[in-house]
Amino acid sequence: MKEIVSSTAETGIGLLVLLGALLSALSAFGLLRLPDVYLRAHAATKSMTLGVFCVLSGAFFFFWYFDNYISARLLLGILFVFITAPVAGHLNGRAAYRTDVPLWEQSVQDELEPLLKGKKMNHEAKDMME
Amino acid sequence: MLSSLLFISLLILSLAILACLYRVLRGPSMADRITALDTIGINVIAIVAVLSMMLKTQAYLDIILLIGILAFLSTVAFARYIERGAVFKNEGDR
Repeated sequence: MKEIVSSTAETGIGLLVLLGALLSALSAFGLLRLPDVYLRAHAATKSMTLGVFCVLSGAFFFFWYFDNYISARLLLGILFVFITAPVAGHLNGRAAYRTDVPLWEQSVQDELEPLLKGKKMNHEAKDMME
Repeated sequence: MLSSLLFISLLILSLAILACLYRVLRGPSMADRITALDTIGINVIAIVAVLSMMLKTQAYLDIILLIGILAFLSTVAFARYIERGAVFKNEGDR
């Protein structure tokens, strides 16, 4: 009985880690193949976060099962990645848009452009007034 | 069973890092390179976790937090640099 539980836990942990690695590979594939900075940021932040979540939770269960050790550092690592990955992706996309990185030619809609242009016009008008 | 699965995962993660490295070297814009570098940092976190499982030690778990913080800070600094031309700037002229 104990052997069955042990082998099931081993296989489960291994499959969890493998799933995380496959998600990371999927994210890297998206980073290679997608046509645009913004689409690439989508691939990099979303699936990458899920992949590292799977790997780190696999490590958490590993140390919990084999060493009887509940690792707060791994939980903190998961939490930290979950907090920082969207922030980094957002800052990156914002920097890309503000430095005029072009969108993909087949992009349908750009809702930010009229807003930013209007803001710039207002600034110029204010400068003219002064 | 577990060790072979861990080894395969390590191999896949290294291939993912190679793919990101291609984007770092090739990327048409600066933001592409920063995205790829951030992804490499997160991949390295996963590799350290898998490695600490393979070696059955908890000594490497601190490195996960350290690499996470460093990757996030470098991404923020790079993004601010390409957006404003400086990492730290006087906030008065926003």
